[in-house]
Amino acid sequence: MVVRLASAVVMSRGFPLLSGVDLEIDRGSLHVVTGANGAGKTSLLRLLAGLDALTSGQGSVAGVDLAGGDLRLLRRRVGWLGHEGSFYGDLSVRENLVFAARALERPLPDVLSALERVGLSHRTDTITKQLSAGQRRRLGLAWLLVRRPELWLLDEPYASLDDAGREFFDHLLGDVLLGGATVVVSAHDPLRSSELEPRTLHMVGGRVQQS
Amino acid sequence: MIKLSQRLLGPVTLVSLALTFWLGLWVTPPDVVQGDLVRLLYVHPPIAWVALYVSFGTATIASCLYLWRRTRSDVMDRLAYCAMEISVVFIALTLITGSIWGRPTWGVWWAWDARLTSTAILGVFALAYLALRRANDDPALRARRSAVFAILTAINVPIIHFSVQWWKTLHQGASVLTSNGTLNVHGSMLWAMLLGFLGFTLLFFWLLRYRYRLEVKRDLATANTVDEALALRQREGV
Amino acid sequence: MTRIAWLVATKDLRIEVRSRVLLWQVLPFGVIALLLSGLALGPTQAGNSTAGPGLFYLVTLFVTLLMINRSQALENAPGTRASVATLGLDPAGIFLGKALALTIELWITGLVLLAGSVVVLHTALIGTVHALPSVLVTLATLAVAGTLYGALTQGGDGPATLLPVLTLPAFAPLLIAGERSFSAALHGGALWEWWVIVVVALVAYTAVGILLYGVLEES
Repeated sequence: MVVRLASAVVMSRGFPLLSGVDLEIDRGSLHVVTGANGAGKTSLLRLLAGLDALTSGQGSVAGVDLAGGDLRLLRRRVGWLGHEGSFYGDLSVRENLVFAARALERPLPDVLSALERVGLSHRTDTITKQLSAGQRRRLGLAWLLVRRPELWLLDEPYASLDDAGREFFDHLLGDVLLGGATVVVSAHDPLRSSELEPRTLHMVGGRVQQS
Repeated sequence: MIKLSQRLLGPVTLVSLALTFWLGLWVTPPDVVQGDLVRLLYVHPPIAWVALYVSFGTATIASCLYLWRRTRSDVMDRLAYCAMEISVVFIALTLITGSIWGRPTWGVWWAWDARLTSTAILGVFALAYLALRRANDDPALRARRSAVFAILTAINVPIIHFSVQWWKTLHQGASVLTSNGTLNVHGSMLWAMLLGFLGFTLLFFWLLRYRYRLEVKRDLATANTVDEALALRQREGV
Repeated sequence: MTRIAWLVATKDLRIEVRSRVLLWQVLPFGVIALLLSGLALGPTQAGNSTAGPGLFYLVTLFVTLLMINRSQALENAPGTRASVATLGLDPAGIFLGKALALTIELWITGLVLLAGSVVVLHTALIGTVHALPSVLVTLATLAVAGTLYGALTQGGDGPATLLPVLTLPAFAPLLIAGERSFSAALHGGALWEWWVIVVVALVAYTAVGILLYGVLEES
C-alpha cells in the first residue's frame, strides 16, 4: 500500500481543506480524483506530496508517517506537477532540468532523453517563461521523468493541453504505470483513454466519496 | 504546593511592591548628589532587570524548549509569546523611567547612551516578534518561526550590548556593584532596591500567569471554531 | 551540504545574470539613495566625508533589504516552491547557497556604492580601499543574517513590509561595526572591536542557519 489515510484532516488559516479523508492506494495503480472547485482535490495531493502537514488523523505515504515522519524524505520520493508550473522562469529548459538532475544526483543524459520524450528537445535553450502554457506543462512532465519518483501526483495535468497533448499525456501515463509507479491525478473530467483503467475518487467537502 | 504558591503570588507581589514604594518614597534618604532623583534607583534597575533578563530569558528558554522535539508543546509556545509581550511593556517602562532619570542628569530626554540605545533596539526586537506572530495564521508555522526569531534575538543581545557599548556610553558605570565586587549602596537604600528587584520580578510572573491563562482561553475558543468549521465542511454536498 | 549549497548559489546567480534585476533596479536605487543622502545633509554638509561611512552603510542596509526580498522571491513563483520542495534538498545547503549568492551580489553592489561614496561623499580613496576587507566581511554577515530573516517572512502576511521590521534591529550592530571600521580606516582608530562584532555575528548566524533553516522551510 503506497498511501494509507485515516480520518485525515488538514487545516489552513482555520479552514479545513481536508475534513477527514479515508483512503488506501495500491502500488502501481492509477487514481483520478474528481470533484467541484474547492472540494479538496489539490489539498489531497499536497498532503500526499508532504507539502502540507497533517493536522489530525493518521496517514502514511511511500512508507513515511505523515504525523511524525521525515516529510523531506517523503518529498524526495514523490513527483509533483502542480497546475501553476514546476520550475524557475528565468532559467532555460535545459538549466531547469539539469538543476533537478544534479539535486537528485541523476545522470545528466537523462535530461536529454526526458526532453525528447516530451517533445521539447528543440526548445532546450528557450527561457522557460517564454514557453506556452502547454509547453510548460510538458516541461513539468520532463522534470518528473528525470526524477523518476515512485508516486506521481499530477494536479489538473490536462489543463492547457490540446488534443494531441492529451493523447501524448495518456501514452506517457501508460508508460509510467508500466514502469511500476503509482499515479494520482486530479481532474475535473474523467480520463479520456479507455486503455487506462483508473479508480475514481470523488471528493466533496474535503472528503473522499469512494466509487 | 503549586496551587498554594499560585494563590500567594498576587498578595506577595502586592506586599513587596507596596513595601518598595514605601521604603523608596518615605524611608530612604535622598542622595547627596542626585537628591530625590535617586529614588528611581528602586524602580528603574529592577524594571530593566525584568525587561532584559527575566522576560527575555523566559521567552528564549521557552522557545528553545519548543524547538526541541522532546519538549515541544503549545505550552512552550504560549509561554514564549506571553513573556515577550510582557517584555515589550517592561522595556517601554525602562525607557520611560530612564528618560525621566536622564532628563535632569544629562539635560535631554534621550541621549545616545549605550544602555538606552541597546534597550531601545531590543525593544524593537520584541515588537518585531509580535509582528511576526501576527503575520502567520497557521499555529504550528507561527510557533516555529517565533521560536527561531526569539533565539536569533537572544544571540543579538550580547552583540548589541558590546557594539553599542564600544560605540559610546554616557551611562554611569556599575554604580551599585562595582567590577571589584564593592557594594556602593547601603542600609535602607540597599534593602529598598533589593525589594524592588523582588517585587518587579514577582510582578512579571504574576502578569505572565494571567496572560497565559488568557491565551489558553483564546486557544480554546479557536479550537471550538475549528470544530465548527470542520463540521460545516463535512456537511458540504450532503 | 556543500554540494547543494553550490548548486543553489549557482542557480541564484545564473537567474540574476539572466534577469539583470541587480543591474537595472538595485544598483540605480543604491546610487539615487546615496545622492539623496548627500542632499539630506544640506548644501554645506553634502560633501562632508565624516558622514560618508555612515551614509554608505545606511544606503547599503536598504539595498540589502531589497536584495533579500529578491532572493526569497525567486522561490515564490507559483508552483516553484512546491516543486523545489519535492526535490528534498538539504535545508542547510539551501541556506548556505542562498547566503553565498546574496553575498556575491552584495559585494558587487557594495563596490559600486563604495565608488559612489568616494565620488559623491568625498571619502578618501586610500582610506576607502583600506576599508574594503571590513566592508566585504560586513556585507557577508548582512547576507547571511538577511537570508535567515528573509526565510522567516515567507508564507505569511506582507513579507515585504515584515522584512524591515525583523531585520533592521539585527542590522543595527552591524551598521555600527561597519561604520566604525570604515571610519577607522579613513581617519585612524582601533579596528579590532568591530572585527570581533562582525565575525561573531557571522559565525553565530551561519551556525543558526545551518541548524535551524530546515525548521523555517517546513510550512
